[in-house]
Amino acid sequence: MTPERGWRQAIVAGLVWGLSAVFVSLVGLVEAVQQRQIITGVIAGGHAMLLLMAVGAGVQAANRLAARGASRVLLGAALAGAIAGTLVALLILLSTIVNMRPILVGATPTLFAVLSLGLGVTALPWVVIIGIVAASSGAALTLLPPTVRRLTVTGAATVLLVGLFQELVQLMLQSERIARVRDLFFTIDGLPPRGALIVLAIAVGISAVWGQQRPKVRRKIADLAPGQRRAVQTVGLVAGVALVLLMPILAGPFLSQVLVLVGLYTLMGLGLNLEVGFAGLLDLGFAAFFAIGAFTVGLLTTTGPLAIANFSWWTATLIAVVVSLISGVFFGLPVLGIRGDYLAIATLGFGEIIRLMVLSDFLRPWLGGSQGVLAIPKPVLFGYELRGPEQLFYLTLGASAIIAFVAARLRDSRLGRAWMALREDEDVAQAMGINLINVKLLAYAIGAAFAGVGGAIFAVMVSSVFPHSFTVLLSINVLALIIVGGMGSLPGVVVGSLALVGLPELLREFSDFRFLVYGAVLMLMMIMRPEGLWPAAAQRRELHEEVERVPEGEMVTKVEEAGT
Amino acid sequence: MALLVSRSLTKRFGGLVAINRLDLDVQEKAIHSIIGPNGAGKTTFFNCLTGFYRPEEGTLQFNETVLVGLSPDRITSMGVARTYQNIRLFANMTTLENILVGMHPHLRASWIGAILRTPATMHEERMAHRQARELLQFVGLRGKGDFMAKNLPYGEQRRLEIARALGARPKLLLLDEPTAGMNPRETMEMMAFIQRLRNELGVTIILIEHQMRVVMGISDRVTVLDYGTKISEGTPREVQNDPRVIEAYLGTRGVAAH
Repeated sequence: MTPERGWRQAIVAGLVWGLSAVFVSLVGLVEAVQQRQIITGVIAGGHAMLLLMAVGAGVQAANRLAARGASRVLLGAALAGAIAGTLVALLILLSTIVNMRPILVGATPTLFAVLSLGLGVTALPWVVIIGIVAASSGAALTLLPPTVRRLTVTGAATVLLVGLFQELVQLMLQSERIARVRDLFFTIDGLPPRGALIVLAIAVGISAVWGQQRPKVRRKIADLAPGQRRAVQTVGLVAGVALVLLMPILAGPFLSQVLVLVGLYTLMGLGLNLEVGFAGLLDLGFAAFFAIGAFTVGLLTTTGPLAIANFSWWTATLIAVVVSLISGVFFGLPVLGIRGDYLAIATLGFGEIIRLMVLSDFLRPWLGGSQGVLAIPKPVLFGYELRGPEQLFYLTLGASAIIAFVAARLRDSRLGRAWMALREDEDVAQAMGINLINVKLLAYAIGAAFAGVGGAIFAVMVSSVFPHSFTVLLSINVLALIIVGGMGSLPGVVVGSLALVGLPELLREFSDFRFLVYGAVLMLMMIMRPEGLWPAAAQRRELHEEVERVPEGEMVTKVEEAGT
Repeated sequence: MALLVSRSLTKRFGGLVAINRLDLDVQEKAIHSIIGPNGAGKTTFFNCLTGFYRPEEGTLQFNETVLVGLSPDRITSMGVARTYQNIRLFANMTTLENILVGMHPHLRASWIGAILRTPATMHEERMAHRQARELLQFVGLRGKGDFMAKNLPYGEQRRLEIARALGARPKLLLLDEPTAGMNPRETMEMMAFIQRLRNELGVTIILIEHQMRVVMGISDRVTVLDYGTKISEGTPREVQNDPRVIEAYLGTRGVAAH
């Protein structure tokens, strides 16, 4: 790399992050986030966000200049920070000269008070200096030894998260018995500096101990006899399951509600993942299957005027699965010969057809038109009504577990391999003797059945079903979450729905900016981590680690022994 | 009767006649080479044979069954497997999975069996894995079962593609330029390997090849195509001395083309 190029990239980093800061300020995001205190009286969300952007500029500049020595790195980062800071300062200056509000609604006096720390024009040099300092500390972070860097980042991130979600954390520590724990960290106003320091200390402490002990623990587990190792794994698994099962009790109704929603998207994600991730069949009409499941359950269980039967939820759900399965086949038939981009468009049309049919006057007497199906009773299990979000959480969790299990088994079967082959190269797959019609229809049908289960739970969650809940946006959301999670990866679906459904729900106040952030996250993901948060291949290699070490001949005999 | 019989097979693309009234008999357990200049219609013949193209005229009979009009997967299930001129492996699957996909027509497991892991399904999977590993060993890829296909070196990818084709337990194996891009040593190894396929597994092989040394070294019979028409056929020696072949390769047209 030529010297000029390194500097140029530092300047670019400063410009990119600086312009991003100006952008998020002008759209109103900074002002909105500023309402969340991170550490009471010290820093709030908006400032934290701008500071993090300056740090980001510094880190990016430092990475570009990494090969050129510590002083260059710091100098480059300072340059990037200065540029970013100057851009924000220019914005403040501009606000004192012209009134931007007629064009930019977000350019409020409050925003400029936030940006200038309430100091007005005298703040300008300070903004630049803060930019330089933040960017340089970001760069310094990259120069630290890995252990120290990890501890710093973990500590800072924990404080930031605890501060950001303090209401939730407080909610979880609500009961009287642990009130003293809560009082250790929080005051009525929020997280005070003292609490933040304690959180920091705990996070750094745990992280340090874990970082030191992890290799030892790993080694110890590796040294155990296979039987004992399995016991340790079982204990770990049981602990994990127990934690998940206790979630609603720990988290309370609001978080449970969010988790149910995450679960529903997970169910849909598992279905779409089977079509797109396993078999490579891009489907933008997926919401239709969700709708079919929801309407089937709605019509079969409702106590309202549209009732056609009075089944229990469980029976209705079984029927809904079968109905979605069959609708998947009918959906697949016309698009059998269509590939790639054309398939996406064709399925898009199909999803809309289903939605518009439900809305049509023709079917209104049976499906309720835009009014939908109302008065859907909650499921009853052994005389116990699954009423609140906590109970529905268990229902969603159980359904997700079963479906993830089914998906995993299918993936590792002859059919799963046929799907993978289809995804890789359709012509060759057919030349290998795979009946394309069969395997494609199976992918659509099984994927649809998964979504049907999601729809069945959705129907009882909201107690009513409207066609407006099943727009193209729903299909696209589900597609986005499996891409972010990692195509073809089962844990990726869960991670993806936590990130794209759970997080936005927790950050409700900023719902105006939801799609802005959503879009930005998707773009960043595609640039920086196109394989997803939890990619499939890595996971598979992890699972096969042991297999790779054993020579093939031995493997065969082992499998044989296990079989006899 | 021959294993494969082609009678006045014709395939056109618009005005271009890619294969023109081709008569061809391939005897059982033969290594039968098809040679000819670029664009002579060799790969098109493979595509007709595997059901990927539908010929306009003529018939193709394999094992006394008519192939024309059958879908590629049906034809593969009947015992015709192929490799591709530009390697077309399932790049993001492991070598073992590639072979298991090749074995697809012989496996019966249904999706319900796969979910429930019935004893029959498990037994079949175990047997399939064992056979796949045996095939890996047969093509000299022992111990590489968990490599991604795309991470194998070129020569091994060629052999994996053959192993995948063998997974279908073919009676007839179509190899499209198996030595393309290989150095002389690798080429020699591939020649020996092709002969092993025929001698040890009893597979009939149709070979498209450009390297004359390979063709002349291992073929029982050679068919020469030029502009879709068969211009010569016989043993390697007979073909080598046929003036029409010499003209097609070195004659006025050939020189003008290069």
